Amino acid sequence: MAKLLGNQTVLLDKQPIILSGAAIVGKKEGDGPLAKYFDDIVDDEYAGEKTFEAAESRILRDAFIKLLEKSGKASTDINLILSGDLLNQCTAASYAFRDVDIPYLGLYGACSTMSESMTIASMLIDGGSIDYAVCAASSHFCSAERQYRFPLEYGSQRTPTAQWTVTGAGAVLLGKKGQGPRITSVTPGKIIDEGIKDSNNMGAAMSPAACDTILNHLNDTGRTVDDMDIILTGDLGSFGTTMLRELLIKNGIDPKNKLSDCGTLIFNLEKQGVVCGGSGCGCSASVFSTYILDQFSKGILNRVLFVATGALLSPTRIQQGETIPSIAHAVLVEA
Amino acid sequence: MVSILKAFLLGGCICVIGQLLVDLTKITPARIMVIFVVTGVVLGLFNLYQPLIDWGGAGATVPLTGFGNTLAKGVIKEVDESGLLGVFIGGVKAGAAGITAAITFGYIMAIISKPKIKS
Amino acid sequence: MKKKITKHEYQAMVEEKAPGSHILKDLLFAFITGGVICSVGQIVMLIFEGFGADMQTRASATSIVMIFLGAFLTGINVYDDIAKFGGAGASIPITGFSNSIVSPAMEYKKEGYVMGVGAKMFLIAGPVLVYGIFSSVVAGLVYFIWKQVM
Repeated sequence: MAKLLGNQTVLLDKQPIILSGAAIVGKKEGDGPLAKYFDDIVDDEYAGEKTFEAAESRILRDAFIKLLEKSGKASTDINLILSGDLLNQCTAASYAFRDVDIPYLGLYGACSTMSESMTIASMLIDGGSIDYAVCAASSHFCSAERQYRFPLEYGSQRTPTAQWTVTGAGAVLLGKKGQGPRITSVTPGKIIDEGIKDSNNMGAAMSPAACDTILNHLNDTGRTVDDMDIILTGDLGSFGTTMLRELLIKNGIDPKNKLSDCGTLIFNLEKQGVVCGGSGCGCSASVFSTYILDQFSKGILNRVLFVATGALLSPTRIQQGETIPSIAHAVLVEA
Repeated sequence: MVSILKAFLLGGCICVIGQLLVDLTKITPARIMVIFVVTGVVLGLFNLYQPLIDWGGAGATVPLTGFGNTLAKGVIKEVDESGLLGVFIGGVKAGAAGITAAITFGYIMAIISKPKIKS
Repeated sequence: MKKKITKHEYQAMVEEKAPGSHILKDLLFAFITGGVICSVGQIVMLIFEGFGADMQTRASATSIVMIFLGAFLTGINVYDDIAKFGGAGASIPITGFSNSIVSPAMEYKKEGYVMGVGAKMFLIAGPVLVYGIFSSVVAGLVYFIWKQVM
């Protein structure tokens, strides 16, 4: 039986296994430092489709197909897909999986979607409801730009705290038995809003949520930062990571050199013109499901607290003068 | 040649004002465009923009303040010619070339090209 | 969990730690970009002058040519790069106004020629026209009343 530790953390009993992971990314991500880990790099931003939205769905579905291939599973083996993205009404995921004939739960957690889906799936597997689940998330620079910012060809400068939406999709297969790193506990996050209004400063908006979830996880499990190989946040970017470090220190925890962020891992911040780093659901999804899993298989990483972070805003609410509510869900992955 | 240099200097300076607003305040680009055009209208109304045009030529007419000035000049001319009715005619009439050109070329470009990502 | 810092403190922390713009570099690039675009405008104006066009015709014709250039550079996917370099130097000139009309027109073509291109064309430039034209009406009224009084 799973057990609730403290108020927020669920200690899993059967410890679902991450059997396999796959990710497909865009050209810019393919020019970044993690290029060799991705399963495929799509040079064309349209991915052979007519629109950016269709391209995003295409990349997500292809990542799913790649995952099945790599894990040797048939689509009939999968009991449930949990997926989401950044687009209005979560359409990237629902159009990606409309033809796969597998039960589907659409999730919206903004950029925290990957750890949200893994949190839910591992509890479902742990509780014996399902045997195999696919967790996936995607984002696309061009579809996000047109929804959240400006048309692609509109001339504008990025502010010094801006981030770059990753074009990419990542998927992992969770199962009740097999070989691979295990998910041993999960900490669903609370919505935290520290009053940041600037939608070009998502890192600072999300770091209080990451801080809250990390503190609660450590508190509930009685573990310390030293127990982790790394604490891997989703897309705080370089500035958000700075703020998270400050917040943790103010709360009496020295994160030392344990903080790592998918948004700063995926790009070369100096050379690629992405300002503070990558963002988007596809950022943490693609980095976790390839690079991080690879580090597990090589034995370099043995215990990672994966904390994908999401800014739960909409352009409408920001125009109405609202602040940015944020969330972070933590998944503890152990070899 | 001198007129080109003057246009360069004046146009550059007007854009620097815009960049200062971008860097030092939280005003969004769309609002800055609005501020420039309205400033042009106000300066045009009091005939304060004409000296800039006389000195810097295109350096004053090409920035959005110049478009605002054109609107103000147009409305003044039309009020002189047709009275109160001119209030509703002058601005758009003077700006017609710019507005129509933007719609026309915008439409044509939308037909023949599509947005692309840069790497 | 008890909160160690307040919202207000956090916002102050963010303000303090946030990386700033490279203002001098930004201003220089804006100056150069804006200057070059206006110089091109001046050259176009001189060419029309050479054809013997009067002041009014010259100004209108130059606007049309500059708007065409802005539209063309947007269409060949170059104007956003110019703006990335030049910032306000690219958005304040009328070529930037053109870019703000052409870019949504291109972007929303996928939603159709009526509700996409047609409806979204003034997504960014709309406010410029609304406030420009409305303030011209106010200016006209002020001028009209002033004329009656004087």
